[in-house]
Amino acid sequence: MDFVSENADLFVDAFLATLGLSLLAGLLALALGTLLAAMRVSPVPPLRGLATFYVETFRNTPLTVVFFFIIFGLPQIDFVIGFFPGAVLSVGLYTAAFVCEAVRSGINAVAAGQAEAARALGLTFGQSLREVVLPQAFRTVVPPLGNVLIAMVKNTSIAAGFSVSELSSLLPRLVNADAGDLTLVLVGVVVGYMVITLPSALAVNRIERRVAILR
Amino acid sequence: MRITRYAATLGAAGLVLTGCASEAGQQAEQAASAAPEVAQDAEFPAGTTMAELAEAGSITVGTKFDQPGFGLANPQGVPEGFDVEVAKIIAGELGIAPEEIEWTETVSANRESFIQNGDVDIVVATYTINDARKQLIDFAGPYYEAGQDIMVATGNPLAIEGPDDLAGKRVCSVEGSTPAQNIRDNYPEAQLTLFDVYSKCADALRNGQVDAVTTDNVILTGLVQGGQGAFELVGNPFTEEPYGIGLTKGDDEFRAFINDTLEQAYEDGTWAEAWDRTAGAITGTEAPEPPMVDRY
Repeated sequence: MDFVSENADLFVDAFLATLGLSLLAGLLALALGTLLAAMRVSPVPPLRGLATFYVETFRNTPLTVVFFFIIFGLPQIDFVIGFFPGAVLSVGLYTAAFVCEAVRSGINAVAAGQAEAARALGLTFGQSLREVVLPQAFRTVVPPLGNVLIAMVKNTSIAAGFSVSELSSLLPRLVNADAGDLTLVLVGVVVGYMVITLPSALAVNRIERRVAILR
Repeated sequence: MRITRYAATLGAAGLVLTGCASEAGQQAEQAASAAPEVAQDAEFPAGTTMAELAEAGSITVGTKFDQPGFGLANPQGVPEGFDVEVAKIIAGELGIAPEEIEWTETVSANRESFIQNGDVDIVVATYTINDARKQLIDFAGPYYEAGQDIMVATGNPLAIEGPDDLAGKRVCSVEGSTPAQNIRDNYPEAQLTLFDVYSKCADALRNGQVDAVTTDNVILTGLVQGGQGAFELVGNPFTEEPYGIGLTKGDDEFRAFINDTLEQAYEDGTWAEAWDRTAGAITGTEAPEPPMVDRY
């Protein structure tokens, strides 16, 4: 138990790193993902093509490769980014592809008549998307969006391999200091992740019950 | 069209990923063709680990796959280097041919648990003997004595001469390694940047994301060689890192056997030959005086 108290501040720091990384990357992913979804359903072919290219590229590339590209690849064209911002960017850009697909499935679930009615009222494409289609779409995709974000929290562990001292980086570090306490460290790290993911799952349930559309 | 775009993206990513492999590996490959002798009539007391391994005709060895000169996996996935040669000498004494050795990659952080779980029979992986590790596993050897040193960009722009100059500098090492812990404990002013493997540190130094890389001199020598003139060594080792061979705790017979094998290899010159073929071929240095085996 001494081991836990001695390293409590390490756990707290690592937990905050994981939490911060998750929040920032999540915001980036939600914003960019929504934008991408709007592009994918827009009437402008180049925008559709660009968004499709983005989604297919990131969705089919392992996150580790995305990390490698951003942390070690970009500096070769003189774009040096710090390790933590680099991790936010990697996880955020990667997750945005999945957010986009979740939101797009929600848009597809909105009855075509809704969009047609919006257009008939004289709303522009942007207005009908913002005021009519997206609000309904988001209410439909709360559970899958929740899954994407919870998976993202776990994906932040890859940042450990790229110099971000987050939760999973404690494993090698503390195990090297005292390999006898491997189990204790493992439990600590798992609990750290659960403190983030379990309330998220609960919140998703709550939100879903409140906003779900009965069809 | 779409397929070619994918291919271009993946190809570019692949280039980044493989950028750290080097000609050092090729040199070692050419030099490592000579194989150590394999004992034909190896016999061991029944019930010992030696008897079991000799009976099975194969041994699982944990080593590093990313350290030129000591353990570096070639494109076929077969590791080469001084650690690998030492493992071959031990396997040879057990009557196991080099091609019957099963190589498992062990990184700094997973070596104890691999030994404890029986995933590997021995670990020969630039593995520093220390007391904390001795609580969990046993060490044969040492078979080499290294020291922690510092690697900087060619020309040493920040004039780093030793660990005391690291204050305020961005220093790269590997999470879970002894050198990283040493910097944390004794040079807290240095800003540590930690990756999971040293090759990433070399990339970061090349990109200017860190100011220096620190670990055992032998590892750095391999990185300097692979850096094609981008890096240089400060050349001021500030610790003593005796490298040992990790094995299951309490297997005293096996440990004594490995120690005997090492001493014999010191005597008959196979140890020095192994050095010349691998790390020596890369660094251009003569085989050092072998360290005293520590039979604790």
